[in-house]
Amino acid sequence: MSVVVKLSNVHKSFGPLKVLDGVSFEVARGEVVAVIGQSGSGKSTALRCINALETIQQGSIEVCGHAVHDEKLDKRKLRLDVGIVFQSYNLFPHLTAEQNIMLAPTCVKALGKKAARDIARDCLARVGLSEKADHYPEQLSGGQQQRVAIARSLAMQPKVMLFDEVTSALDPQLTGEVLKVMEDLARGGMTMILVTHEMAFARKVASQVVYMNKGKVWETGPGSMLDAPTTPELRDFVGSGL
Amino acid sequence: MPSFGLVHLEFLAIAAFWTIGLSAVAFIGGGMLGFVIALMRVSPSRLVRGIAITYVQVVQGTPLLILLFLIYFGLAIIGFDQLPAIIAAGIGLTIYSSGFLGEIWRGCIESVPKTQWEAAECLAMTRWQRMTRVILPQALRIATAPTVGFLVQIVKNTSLASVVGFVELAQAGKLINNSIFQPFMVFVTVAVFYFIICFPLSAWSRGLERRLNVGRR
Ligand SMILES: Nc1ncnc2c1ncn2[C@@H]1O[C@H](COP(=O)(O)OP(=O)(O)OP(=O)(O)O)[C@@H](O)[C@H]1O
Ligand SMILES: [Mg+2]
Repeated sequence: MSVVVKLSNVHKSFGPLKVLDGVSFEVARGEVVAVIGQSGSGKSTALRCINALETIQQGSIEVCGHAVHDEKLDKRKLRLDVGIVFQSYNLFPHLTAEQNIMLAPTCVKALGKKAARDIARDCLARVGLSEKADHYPEQLSGGQQQRVAIARSLAMQPKVMLFDEVTSALDPQLTGEVLKVMEDLARGGMTMILVTHEMAFARKVASQVVYMNKGKVWETGPGSMLDAPTTPELRDFVGSGL
Repeated sequence: MPSFGLVHLEFLAIAAFWTIGLSAVAFIGGGMLGFVIALMRVSPSRLVRGIAITYVQVVQGTPLLILLFLIYFGLAIIGFDQLPAIIAAGIGLTIYSSGFLGEIWRGCIESVPKTQWEAAECLAMTRWQRMTRVILPQALRIATAPTVGFLVQIVKNTSLASVVGFVELAQAGKLINNSIFQPFMVFVTVAVFYFIICFPLSAWSRGLERRLNVGRR
């Protein structure tokens, strides 16, 4: 299996604060990796480094053949291959759901209006929101907004998708509908890295679980690792009922 | 001595049109220059930002009256001594407005959450695309009310243009008063003219603010 994302000994500090302290892991094509860990353990930072939203001080990150750690990285080329979905949705409030999705295909890929609209319709259908195409973000529930955000990212046909606690702002019912979309994506063969607090989801969908603690990959393994943690830290973390 | 009459009213009405014309020049010129300044203020280049900051501080730190003198006499020194008053006043007010509009608009651009920049960046949009397709449309909504509010300031500040020989509303009032000496009558009328120009603007500004606060979009 080919490796799509590879972090090797990644170090990242914000000023004096060491956030990533030698993080390494690999993600193969079609794999779903769940990153878990306490608040502040560096999960979001790791995702942001993969997408070059943060620069790293040491180590290397390879994503779909792009050397992300390299100063000469073409960030736009990287982002054509990597999609990211944030906890706070970050939809464009002045555009409808459909326009949100069409924007990047039209201006980045220079697709015509019609082709872009077809893609938008298709992506909205995949997240089960065909009937909301003309709604503005503020007219949608949190779960619906998050699904539009996923559709917006999907429309660029990324090779890897990153999800940063995409359900943390949602109540349980809305969480379910977003998780279902992600499960469908995983089943469709999308390579995904997701930071999540949904242990049941991680156990069920992830092919690999990465437990981060104090800026390090503390423990890693298949979903079943959560049932039999080897480190006391992971045992505490799982036991805390998260 | 003649008393205040229809001729004077007519003279004031014509001067009011000059006030409106000068305001329009200042707003359009200041708007275009101010837009460039606002973009420079949020530029990733420190040099470009520095130039814009310096410009804004110099303009905002100079009284409009002095700015008008400087332009009128400054341009005369470098050879434009027959400069029509409207050009000198127009340039002065344009520079003045650009310094303030640039700062107002920079604030509006920066009040669009950073996460919007990031979301657009992560969709592989160029900096220009992010600015024009994502940030500016949102900033525009925020900017409308304060911009219209500033327009009122411009209208009132055109009264200073009389120092370079431009006969606008306030100057017209002074001229009439010099000949008939009925200061109260004359300047109340002048004030009413200003009010008629400014009131619709400030009412519009308040309306915009209300609409944007309640309904969003
Ligand atoms: N831009 C930044 N500047 C300074 N410190 C930061 C910045 N971003 C994150 N940090 C710090 O880095 C540490 C790790 O943050 P990170 O967001 O990666 O944690 P996390 O594991 O995602 O936590 P959570 O579960 O709360 O989202 C935290 O202590 C945080 O305060
Ligand atoms: Mg986080």
